[in-house]
Amino acid sequence: MTEKLVVVGNGMAPGRALEKLFEMAPGKYDVTIFNAEPRTNYDRILLSPVLSGEKTYEDIVIHGDAWYQEHGVTLHKGRKVNAIDRLTKTVTAEDGTTAQYDKLLIATGSVPFIVPVPGKDLAGVLTYRDLDDVEAMLVAAEQGGSAVVIGGGLLGLEAAAGLAMRGMDVTVLHLMPTLMERQLDTTAGNLLKRAIEARGIKVITKANTKEILGTAPNGAPPRVRAILLDDGTEIPANIVVMAAGIRPSAGLAKEAGIETNRGIVVNDRMVTSDPDIYAVGECVEFDGNVYGLVAPLYEQAGIAAKGLAGEDTKGFVDKALATKLKVTGVDLYSAGDFAEGEDREEIVLRDATNGLYKRLILQDNKVIGVVMFGDTSDSGWFFQLIKDGTDISEMRDTLIFGPAYAGGAALDPTAAVAALPDDAEICGCNGVCKGTIVNAIGAKNLTSLDDVRAHTKASASCGTCTGLVEQLLTLTLGDSYNPNAVKPMCGCTDLSHGDVRRLIVAKELKTIPDLMQELEWKSSGGCAKCRPALNYYLLSTWPGEYVDDGQSRFINERVHANIQKDGTYSVVPRMWGGVTTPDELRAIADVADKFKIPTVKCTGGQRIDLLGVKKEDLPAVWSDLNAAGMVSGHAYAKGLRTVKTCVGTDWCRFGTQDSTGLGIKLEKFLWGSWTPAKVKLAVSGCPRNCAEATCKDIGVICVDSGYEIHFAGAAGLDIKGTELLCHVKTEEEAIEVIGALTQLYREQGHYLERIYKWRARVGMESIQATVVEDLPRRKELYEAFVYSQKFSQKDPWAERAKDHVDAHEFAPIADLTSMEAAE
Amino acid sequence: MTMDTVWLDVGAVDDIPSQSARIVKTQKGCIALFRTADDKVFALNDRCPHKGGPLSQGIVHGTSVTCPLHNMVFSLETGDALGPDEARVATFAVKVENGRIMLDASSFASRKDAA
Repeated sequence: MTEKLVVVGNGMAPGRALEKLFEMAPGKYDVTIFNAEPRTNYDRILLSPVLSGEKTYEDIVIHGDAWYQEHGVTLHKGRKVNAIDRLTKTVTAEDGTTAQYDKLLIATGSVPFIVPVPGKDLAGVLTYRDLDDVEAMLVAAEQGGSAVVIGGGLLGLEAAAGLAMRGMDVTVLHLMPTLMERQLDTTAGNLLKRAIEARGIKVITKANTKEILGTAPNGAPPRVRAILLDDGTEIPANIVVMAAGIRPSAGLAKEAGIETNRGIVVNDRMVTSDPDIYAVGECVEFDGNVYGLVAPLYEQAGIAAKGLAGEDTKGFVDKALATKLKVTGVDLYSAGDFAEGEDREEIVLRDATNGLYKRLILQDNKVIGVVMFGDTSDSGWFFQLIKDGTDISEMRDTLIFGPAYAGGAALDPTAAVAALPDDAEICGCNGVCKGTIVNAIGAKNLTSLDDVRAHTKASASCGTCTGLVEQLLTLTLGDSYNPNAVKPMCGCTDLSHGDVRRLIVAKELKTIPDLMQELEWKSSGGCAKCRPALNYYLLSTWPGEYVDDGQSRFINERVHANIQKDGTYSVVPRMWGGVTTPDELRAIADVADKFKIPTVKCTGGQRIDLLGVKKEDLPAVWSDLNAAGMVSGHAYAKGLRTVKTCVGTDWCRFGTQDSTGLGIKLEKFLWGSWTPAKVKLAVSGCPRNCAEATCKDIGVICVDSGYEIHFAGAAGLDIKGTELLCHVKTEEEAIEVIGALTQLYREQGHYLERIYKWRARVGMESIQATVVEDLPRRKELYEAFVYSQKFSQKDPWAERAKDHVDAHEFAPIADLTSMEAAE
Repeated sequence: MTMDTVWLDVGAVDDIPSQSARIVKTQKGCIALFRTADDKVFALNDRCPHKGGPLSQGIVHGTSVTCPLHNMVFSLETGDALGPDEARVATFAVKVENGRIMLDASSFASRKDAA
């Protein structure tokens, strides 16, 4: 019978526990999760890169909604449990939601420690624990100004670095004489202080905060304005971030009568004083210790999962922990015990000029602690020596220089990794050891970092072990692994996208079968990765000559509509420049009624999306839209999508040019063209930029003196503002430059490479030199584009609705649903 | 399977363009008929076991098809997922005679006989 497992909390520890549980005992439990945060499980270690802008929230999601669905988990987002009734085995959330359990897993995590000073509740005083905190900091950072971070530990320094990268003026206050004093000795703390200051962050140690000062309350609620230290120093602050430590969040368990101390007390199997209740993560206390780093939390998760699955397991033991600071450009590592003592010796290597510091703490000929600053590449080896308790008397003379010298003669750098035993932990986040990775590389023929991530999870969380994993790849695969090697298009060839494009021209290859023959494709008929790319390359290289191969196109481009999750399609008619008419809107409404289209929605590109159209209805839907003068919007194409506009001089009192008119002209000029990846444009009538042109592939900003042409923006997986290509005086010139730019991209871009990525690969200079400075070349590109457009500006909807092109796509070959009669 | 094979003519090979698929609608759901570049015909359940994607809409390459929703690849010959994924799609017996496609209808006909 299925038992009920209720999980309180949805952080990394319970996420990992469930993952393990579903692997070991799928279907054993019916799982319900209560998450106080309104979202799924994400990688909290990586909040710092999100804050600094090096990653986005999407990058750090561990389990998306699909994962919960797949495992039949009921996830209550944004519902905080406030009571556990152990008699009736029920938990109740603040909003009254209840759930019964057979087993309960408490993972309530921790709460930030709020320094108890006057003003701690003012608006603008933030903490740093979850994504909401990061978002609050980002909002504040957008306003600029000053930020004060209280706490010079791991979290505080990462928050400070992130805020500084976001352009704020940051001061870190630390109560103790040196930064990160729990993980570093004084020397390393001072080196760290210098490295942090070199990033423009002020550091004040021995800083005792007396009060947080607010603005004078004249109407508006008071906000933080400054921090007052007890020596009278006043530091202006638009925001204050409290990062002075965390406390296990054990209140819920305590009220339920479960044994708690600093945290929820658990035994080595993660069971609390109630045998049906487990606890894992930052909320637990084991043997007097509480934990805040991910490695032991993941270990706890694995143990709890085994217990829940009914399997016996090794108990949890308190082990040496390693710390690594995730501030880009600061290499810092510490592990073990490094306090000074009578019976302890140390070996120190110092190179002040190069900012290098390494210190080993020895006891009874064993390494018990290590602190490294500036170069942490041997950290894994030293950590292993600590964990194994290796006797180092034989290699003591060269020990500090790392594994490369441990054998006497110097070895190559990969030898450091080669020297590690199989059970050496490579990925601390996911608990993956060297042997597991090496075996997976061999057994599953893994050849790239991504392969290793997919199969073992090593290097898939915080990524700090990426270098080690790459060394393991080198070690296992030898010279056949080259991290900088040009990537082949796909498994069907060793040639890169660039090679193939070049060879198509050089060898005048004009069909896919010829190309595969000539370039010695390894598979018969290619694959779903290379075929669409080849089709595009041939189409763009030989306009008017190459016959488009529909079967090499992704379904959306083959049937000119977007496939949806349920196999229906969405239909988006073109609305030139985002301008429509009552007649067009009536026709759209009529179509939606006639074909019972369930959803009608505005798109981000200033047009209307009809969602949930059955495939067999597509030609009839198009026919009706065609009759009202509308054509395909190519919302499915690796081609021109939309040209957004603002109302410009037609209506706007600030407009400097006819932005709507130029947008429509551009869309009429560019529509139908196939490009390496989708292309979106916008034209704004003045620098207020209401059409949001500066995050588009190509954007035009109208100014009084003419037109600024921008390009290489992105607002999807990556967010990037455009770069200015050039300034022109007339509409004609703007259209010529944009035509030439598009053509250059069509000729040079790799399939699925957006304009901003192409620009990053080939460089701004070469693009500017070609389409701005070299006028004959610009003209040539423009004309090549105009020529290829002769073959591409046919409405694909009309071809299918009226001329029955590809009719086989829209009808079954046979309908046997009434087969009773036939039998 | 206790049922005898019931061969049913569902159309001509040439009704399916090379390297593509058409569907046969049945009361049990759709069956996808695939034609490869060398004119072999295969029949698979038109539903990806991952998220229910219509496999007939995928790109056909060699004797494989790539699901249009999330790119899982299946062998047309065995219905097995290729690569690191483990999944299987039901296959149906099918043969080509004189350019006509004969599909074994026993599995979906038997259900109706029983009903």
